[in-house]
Amino acid sequence: MKWTPHASTSLDDALAPWEGATSRRDFLKSSGLFVLGFGATGGAGFIASANGQRPNGDTAPYPEPDFHDLDSWLVVHEDETAVFYVGKTDGGQGTGTAIRQMMCDELDIGFDQTTLVMGRTDLTVDQGGSGGSDAIERDGTVARRVAAEARRALFELASDRLGVPVDGLNAREGVIFSNANSSKRVSYGQLVGGQRFDVILTGANVNAITGIAPIKSVQDLRLVGQSIPRYDIPAKVDGSLEWAVDVNLPGMVHARNVRPPIVGATLVAIDESSVRDLPGFIQVVNRGNYVAVVCEREEQAIEAAQKLEVEWASPEFAPFPSSENLFDYLRNTTPELGGSARDNGDPEAAFADAATIVTAAYDVPFQGHTAIGPAHGIADPSDGQLTIYTNDMKPYSLRTGVAEFLGIPAEQVRVIWMDGPQLYGRTAADDAGFEAAFLAHELGRPVRVQWMRHEETAWDTKGPAFAFNLRGGLDAKGNVVAWDYRARVANYAHVGYNEPDTVLIAQLMGIRPERPSPGGARPPDEMYAIPNRRHETQVVRFPQAFETPLRTGNLRDPNGPQTTFAGESFIDEMAAAAKADPVEFRLRLLRGSQEDDAAFRRTRSIAVVEAAADAYGWTPRSAASNVGTNRILTGRGFAYAYRISTTIAHVVEVEVDRETGRVWVKRMVCAHDCGLVINPDGLESTIQGNLLHGISRTLFEEIQFDEEKVTSVDWRTHPTITHMDAPDQIDIVIVNGDPNPDRPDLPPYGAGEPSHRLVAAAIANGIYDATGVRLRRIPFRPEQVLDALDT
Amino acid sequence: MSEITLRVNGKTHTVDVEPSTPLLYILRNDLGLRGPRFGCGLGQCGTCTVLMDGRAVRSCMRPVERVNSEVTTLEGLSMEGELHPVQQAWIDEQVPQCGYCQNGQILTAKALLDENPDPTDAEVRTGMNGVLCRCMTYYRIQAAVKRAAEVMATGEAGSSERGVDR
Repeated sequence: MKWTPHASTSLDDALAPWEGATSRRDFLKSSGLFVLGFGATGGAGFIASANGQRPNGDTAPYPEPDFHDLDSWLVVHEDETAVFYVGKTDGGQGTGTAIRQMMCDELDIGFDQTTLVMGRTDLTVDQGGSGGSDAIERDGTVARRVAAEARRALFELASDRLGVPVDGLNAREGVIFSNANSSKRVSYGQLVGGQRFDVILTGANVNAITGIAPIKSVQDLRLVGQSIPRYDIPAKVDGSLEWAVDVNLPGMVHARNVRPPIVGATLVAIDESSVRDLPGFIQVVNRGNYVAVVCEREEQAIEAAQKLEVEWASPEFAPFPSSENLFDYLRNTTPELGGSARDNGDPEAAFADAATIVTAAYDVPFQGHTAIGPAHGIADPSDGQLTIYTNDMKPYSLRTGVAEFLGIPAEQVRVIWMDGPQLYGRTAADDAGFEAAFLAHELGRPVRVQWMRHEETAWDTKGPAFAFNLRGGLDAKGNVVAWDYRARVANYAHVGYNEPDTVLIAQLMGIRPERPSPGGARPPDEMYAIPNRRHETQVVRFPQAFETPLRTGNLRDPNGPQTTFAGESFIDEMAAAAKADPVEFRLRLLRGSQEDDAAFRRTRSIAVVEAAADAYGWTPRSAASNVGTNRILTGRGFAYAYRISTTIAHVVEVEVDRETGRVWVKRMVCAHDCGLVINPDGLESTIQGNLLHGISRTLFEEIQFDEEKVTSVDWRTHPTITHMDAPDQIDIVIVNGDPNPDRPDLPPYGAGEPSHRLVAAAIANGIYDATGVRLRRIPFRPEQVLDALDT
Repeated sequence: MSEITLRVNGKTHTVDVEPSTPLLYILRNDLGLRGPRFGCGLGQCGTCTVLMDGRAVRSCMRPVERVNSEVTTLEGLSMEGELHPVQQAWIDEQVPQCGYCQNGQILTAKALLDENPDPTDAEVRTGMNGVLCRCMTYYRIQAAVKRAAEVMATGEAGSSERGVDR
């Protein structure tokens, strides 16, 4: 079948529902202007496209918007609305709503007068997409500076128009008025509606971007601090939202991948006759060990991928140990790389003098993103350009990575981020985006590819497994005098975002980076005053470093849940050895020094520990000093950590069923200090998700494998938290900023990932309090709990 | 391929497909509906849920030849632009994060409340249990189900503050 590229008006139609009524394109169409908000070249290309006249040849149609140009960030329309453009994505944590609140406050415009466009490489400046829980802390601050500068420019125009000095003017809801005579007024739409600001911003990079205007003081912010409902929720509830997964282009065909049955297997032959007569069959695409089947319809592609007969040659060596032998392997294999950090004092001398020495080993398996919607991507090669529709949280690196992978100029590629299943780091959305692009490039027509459930669970990037050995020394008074932390991590070939030599399709094609990139891992982040410390993290490699489903990548708070599980479990073990109350023990360690930092982390650590204990109603006692005899045992566990500049403490109340081994986290208290809070309800929702995800990773999640392949392939072989496991009560205590009233408000810090990292330790500590038994190997599934209780 | 007639959200559609085709792909790719989504293809997660005869059914596992009653999708839940109380409760409780699974959550809640208008907390958990959420919004979902039950019983907007009165 020959496919004719569809008219670009169809592309336009495909985009229309996503962009909304006040989109930049509609505006451009109706106003006849085409330069506002992005470069003239891009504007011309886009407008021409809308009219079906996109220029062919070497004209670059999708250049990057210039982040030094104020018009790249913000457009005011004649109808008194404004559109903000940010190079971020929103995985459902409400960052879009929060950024809008921040920009509205700086611009002095009503929330409902604005819309926000996120993550379109041809329309929004490259802010790197999302990651690291820094959208509010870093990018939100940039957005505030940009909006403040737009307000300054508007005030200058208004001053001329009204004949009133700038300092005699004020603004509200997009209207500037004279303080002396409020009938002297002019609206933003009247001033710049449909026109460029023509203001050049300064700053060496996108994160340093600024104008002349300062941002407002916290006291002058109106929308910031309010729980404005998320703008994206109604369309997610009534079914009207168009997701990346919904993109359906004229002439689009469907692809499914066929993965090697054994990791490291080499493709010998494909018997295309096994699928040639299936309805809708179009093509088998193969390069190296990458195999995909393309069909007219989605269900046809699924069937063809199942039926395609492929001969594979088994590898000569096992790619990795089985998950049963994983931790022995990590401890007994000579590490490839080592590193040491944050050491002080003389730990060995302190251990020699210690009254009590405590040792413990902790194990955390590989864990996956295992998104609820398997990875997907849609690529459209119309007119020799390439448009990729994706939920990848890094659309900018997807664009440049795909361009490099396919050997085409980046200007010919644009990536359109749309809503999709959760974005908790380096997911297979990267891989599926590359696959769609490759297949569309090969076939010359739009291709949609989605992974199957077994692929998603088995082949998505993993959070790395850790094996920890900790040793601590107490003096006769129960003070911690020595700390020795040794971690081994299976994180030898850490996959970055959208790298053209580490995405799965590239590795299956035999493309390799020059050398692997070991993932680093900091020791646990805490402010404990311990005079003698040693920390060591060593990386262990598996025989198969590349082309493996155990490739590691960033997974929500990368490494934090693992290292904090070890550190905060072990502090609890030390407290128990000292017969001290776990909260009092931590406070003593936090108060053991006056040394603080710019973010007052020590002071704010103490504040969240006290706030969590207060909110729970914590009464001091040494853990496990009151183990009952009933079938259901109840305990409470404590944990504390910081992440970058955010401090957090949890109390969890757990129930352990001695007959079934089931652990239920009945109540959680989270004291959380991320400085300035933009949207309290959005923050609470984000924290709740992180807490429950933490429960899921602690009680259920483990990627299992034998010596050939990953055997966790669906929700039965890879359980996750369910409705039955949700806590009865979650109390979130927002400790807003610096507790010292003599110091000014803190800026916003990252939220989300910080509260995730200490859930496992809090649960383990609660189980110990309930049962007197220490669980040191995640996950705490019923059979593992029963085993531990038996011994 | 054969011609199959389906009744979906009050309209009749005829499609030309293999009779064994799972309903999900017809709803999405032939009828252009966005509510039901592919999650596992195994009936394990509930993301593809639709309503048939008042029951929540997993459309990824249901061959179109075995669809014998009208199908209601998320899009068909609202009446003449008015959101169903379950949908409104979802907005009031600000339930979704990414939202990918919420189609299954909302429709399962609707079926649950139609059968049991005043469920206990335990019945909400049990009734909703088979629908997975990887943003782990269960806590808010359960609050929204309770709120919707209250609204459907009294015909008035619920007063319970989120996360407190559950």
